[in-house]
Amino acid sequence: MKRRVGFKVERRPVASGRVVFFVSLLAILAALVVAGIFFQIYGVSPIRAYQLILRGSLGNRFGLAETVRRAIPLLLCGVGLTIAFRALFWNIGAEGQLLMGAVAAAGVALFSGLPGPLLLPAMFIGGFLGGAAWGLIPAILKVILGLNDVITTLMMNYIAIYFVEWLIHGPWKGPTARGFAYTDTFPRAAWLPTLYGTRIHWPTLVLGLVLAVVMYILVTRTRSGFEIRVIGENPNAARFAGISQLKTTLLVMLISGGFAGLAGVGEIAGIHLRLLGPTHISMGYGYTAIIVAWLARRNPLAVIVTSLLFGVIMAGGDVIKVSLGLPFQLINVFNGLILFFLIGSEILLRYKISFFLRR
Amino acid sequence: MGWETWIITTLSRSLAYGTPLLLGTLGEIYAERSGVLNLGVEGMMIMGAYSGFTTAYITGNPWLGILVAAVVGGAFSLIHAFTSVTLKANQVVSGLSLTMLGLGLSGMFGRGWEGKPLPATIPKITVSGLSKIPFLGPIFFEGQNLIVYLTILLVPLLWYILYRTRIGITIRSVGESPATADSLGINVDRVRYMCVLLGGILAGMAGGYLSVAYRPAWTEGMTAGMGWIVIALTIFAFWNPAYGMLGAYLFAALYHLSYRLQPWVSPELLKAMPYAFAILVLIFVSRGTLQKRMGAPAALSLPYTRGEE
Amino acid sequence: MDNSEGYAIELRGIVKRFPGVVANDGIDLKVRRGEIHCLLGENGAGKTTLMRVLYGLYRPEEGEIILNGQPVHMTSPRAALNHHVGMVHQHFRLVPTLSVEENIVLGLDEGTGPFVNFRKTREKISSIANEYGLSVDLQTKVWQLAVGQQQRVEILKALYREVDILIMDEPTSVLTPQEVDQLFTTLRTLVDDGLTIIFITHKLDEVMQVSDRVTVLRKGKVVSTLPTAETDKPTLARLMVGREVVFRLKKGPIKRREKILEVNDLHALNDRGLPALRGVSFDLFGGEILGVAGVSGNGQYELAEVLTGLRKSIKGRVFLAKKEVTNCSAREMNDLNVAHIPAERIRMGIVPALSIRENLILKKYRRPPFSYREFLDNKEIEENAHRAMSDYQIAAPSYETPAKLLSGGNIQKVILARELSENPSLIVAVHPTYGLDIGATEQVRQILLAQRERGAATLLISEDLEEIMTLSDRILVIFNGEVMGILDAESADIEEIGLMMAGTRHKGEEL
Repeated sequence: MKRRVGFKVERRPVASGRVVFFVSLLAILAALVVAGIFFQIYGVSPIRAYQLILRGSLGNRFGLAETVRRAIPLLLCGVGLTIAFRALFWNIGAEGQLLMGAVAAAGVALFSGLPGPLLLPAMFIGGFLGGAAWGLIPAILKVILGLNDVITTLMMNYIAIYFVEWLIHGPWKGPTARGFAYTDTFPRAAWLPTLYGTRIHWPTLVLGLVLAVVMYILVTRTRSGFEIRVIGENPNAARFAGISQLKTTLLVMLISGGFAGLAGVGEIAGIHLRLLGPTHISMGYGYTAIIVAWLARRNPLAVIVTSLLFGVIMAGGDVIKVSLGLPFQLINVFNGLILFFLIGSEILLRYKISFFLRR
Repeated sequence: MGWETWIITTLSRSLAYGTPLLLGTLGEIYAERSGVLNLGVEGMMIMGAYSGFTTAYITGNPWLGILVAAVVGGAFSLIHAFTSVTLKANQVVSGLSLTMLGLGLSGMFGRGWEGKPLPATIPKITVSGLSKIPFLGPIFFEGQNLIVYLTILLVPLLWYILYRTRIGITIRSVGESPATADSLGINVDRVRYMCVLLGGILAGMAGGYLSVAYRPAWTEGMTAGMGWIVIALTIFAFWNPAYGMLGAYLFAALYHLSYRLQPWVSPELLKAMPYAFAILVLIFVSRGTLQKRMGAPAALSLPYTRGEE
Repeated sequence: MDNSEGYAIELRGIVKRFPGVVANDGIDLKVRRGEIHCLLGENGAGKTTLMRVLYGLYRPEEGEIILNGQPVHMTSPRAALNHHVGMVHQHFRLVPTLSVEENIVLGLDEGTGPFVNFRKTREKISSIANEYGLSVDLQTKVWQLAVGQQQRVEILKALYREVDILIMDEPTSVLTPQEVDQLFTTLRTLVDDGLTIIFITHKLDEVMQVSDRVTVLRKGKVVSTLPTAETDKPTLARLMVGREVVFRLKKGPIKRREKILEVNDLHALNDRGLPALRGVSFDLFGGEILGVAGVSGNGQYELAEVLTGLRKSIKGRVFLAKKEVTNCSAREMNDLNVAHIPAERIRMGIVPALSIRENLILKKYRRPPFSYREFLDNKEIEENAHRAMSDYQIAAPSYETPAKLLSGGNIQKVILARELSENPSLIVAVHPTYGLDIGATEQVRQILLAQRERGAATLLISEDLEEIMTLSDRILVIFNGEVMGILDAESADIEEIGLMMAGTRHKGEEL
């Protein structure tokens, strides 16, 4: 008797947490397989590449530390983005907001003349405000004039990049930098402490973890969180219920931009100790954080896990860059592929495909 | 430099720089008119630039380079068509990932090609008789290449197709009301695939033009946000190819004029100008759109499933 | 020769399933050539699904379609059109931004390749339009047309495609009584010219008025097929609902109380920036229901939006319990205890992805006991959900169920529970029973009458004249943003209301 495998496609009312988890895992694996094909085409053995990535990111103390330090800005940006995405504000501008946070903090560190113990807190506040201001401009443009948020936030990234370039080549160029394009080194009081022997600037990490929890509470337990979810799920119902789009949009972009700004503070006060070229301050953290937030299904708590995952990819990417001579743009290949498979796999959350044997 | 030469060079360069913007915009107009928002223009352009350059370098034939750029751009766009039309995924995110992937792949594979000279580029032509026309001659008929002219010719052609033919009526109906088109036996998915494909081909060509004709060289990330400016121009154009032409050349002219400020403004800030312009351009048209609430195709970025409208 | 005894359409054993429902459960239907065949049934009985199967929009799991004796495969609307089957959908299938003629030629292949010979098409359209009295300006964009004209375009579209069989899905719901008569005349002419028409409706009067034969559907099955001449309304009603139907609701005499709402010379614009309300004035008292009758698109939705704070007026004043509330925000009107049952239930009334529990506090989440300062009180919110679900008989597995999984009737009950729980002084209800089955409709109407009994002032906006006549104490007719008159519901004459809906001013005394 001949048997055939049949399958049935049914609509799934609500996908359970377990289904979401496995589908996400499947998407990441599929992306890694395709990336492996590109490695092969490039002339690098994918198996060796993935071995190096794992070893370089999780295989030893140094690698682990690098993974965590890469995860810090992703965590901060990612948590902020979950809030913006929940309100259906497409903030693609975390990169620029991060840079402007760094600029503001550098300004405080270099020119405020604040006494030692006040300096770091002031830098964090300044960084938050810098990032928030950069994020609020597109928010206002969207609500008042109806401008497309994707384009404005993206354009603001480019403007921020060249603004930083201008500062470090021009007015803020450090007299002691000997011809290099960066500012002077910050005073000691503006340096963030790091865990012994690593580059993990732990105060920023703690801040990120706390904010992830706070944002989770905000979304699930507060009036503002309720408003954000209503606006994001059905803007018409929000209008109907008298929820102000302006107020909510400003709030989410204050948070989203501000948190990205905090990530910028961490990078310059914890790692570089000066303001320098935009591609050195951020290796595209703002863009990668989009995927971090999306993979976390816009849940701030889940960002803690997803940011670590991308910390692995970034730290591992550093290693294969050095040992296999792969270019920096590799990370974008990973990002693009993972995002594609992630949204492509969402159809598996909406539909249930079951296989069965039939005669 | 006299006033007249000053204006002539600015305009002539605007024509050259505006060409890739216009190509990309025309393609995006068609994609969006069919209801698909493709934010992957930057990725398709850079893939076109990379593949166009390498093809022209290996074969020595710049035209083959442009052709391959168009094919690669088109192929790349089909990924987006698949996720957004077939899988009905979120179009914003899908377009973003297309851009990331394009920048990543071209950066990864293009590294060995940086700084190599191209053996032959698209020749610049001077139309002997017409170039003598005072003022207009040197702008339009001196030192431009064939792609510039072809792009200009595309505008009335694509305008006519969109507004005066069955194809155009079909495309517009699919972008405005896919349920209506479906109820009349039009294959909504196929129309959307075709329009996204056209967008990809034109964006790929735009990239090829950049690396083979405009500035014959390959540099990582050489499109530098041009794909995003295209998205802004599409809105500025109210999804109309004729206004798209106006917008692209106007934008190019602004871009060149800003470079006249070089003696007074630092180069870093000048580089930021186009992006600020893009925002300004959108602010400029925003009042009109808000008031009339017209322009954007009603079904833009909404996936269509029969029976769920 | 007379194949299959003169049946134009024969459907055999059609089964169409959707997740969780069998919409068509083995349906057999025979339609004679040249008749008007009514398909009668409640909302959700499976009429539209069956016709979408015939039109190739849905593929049935089982069953056969036989046209003029030949089995056919209706794989797509294109296949249906090739077999000369056309359909006028309840929600028109027109592209608003295209012109009338572009809409008519859309999707056709007339042998001219990509080009349209507009001169030839115009001639053909005009000759059809003249023959059946369906004149409409061909170059106008469809969004500029009134609803009745849009329907003409839909019919023209089908006739232009030379259909032999025309399916009309609830075509009268958007028309004035006079327009309905005109439509019926047109349909008669078409049938005389040899067309076969299937007419979907849930209104008994229409069945009696227009059809030759009628097939009654209930819960996805055929109950009976009868010649119209041999049946009557009570029989059909019983067949349709499956039990005896009481037509009159229990409506007590009016106990008019103090004035709640006063509207003076109200002007407002629509979404396109064109005048939608041009000087609307009326009073509304506690304990009464004021029905607003009018053809869709004559300003009644804008009126509802202005009164609930969703749209700004540009002139005129509104008073609520003697207090001026002109251009108050939606939140302010909400805080003043104004309830709004919106027209678009799913688009506006609920947040589909959120749970019933959360949808029930959509307008009260900022007030105690549901929240203090910034924080929500989940215990109170859950108790509220418990209460509402039992008070309003909302059928759902639990209050955590996302609202999108509920049936239309239950969604409406969630909205009613939310809007009416705090005893509002003013209720703005926009076709509150649209698309609900008879059971849910009766429930919703009873709830509204109970509010009237309690003393609430209700503004009832509906396109269903029967509903307005049943529930209202007074009827305001609106046309082109102006009040054509206010009538007493007891003595109102449906013919006169129809004329007023088409723009004739009321001649008698103003109420």
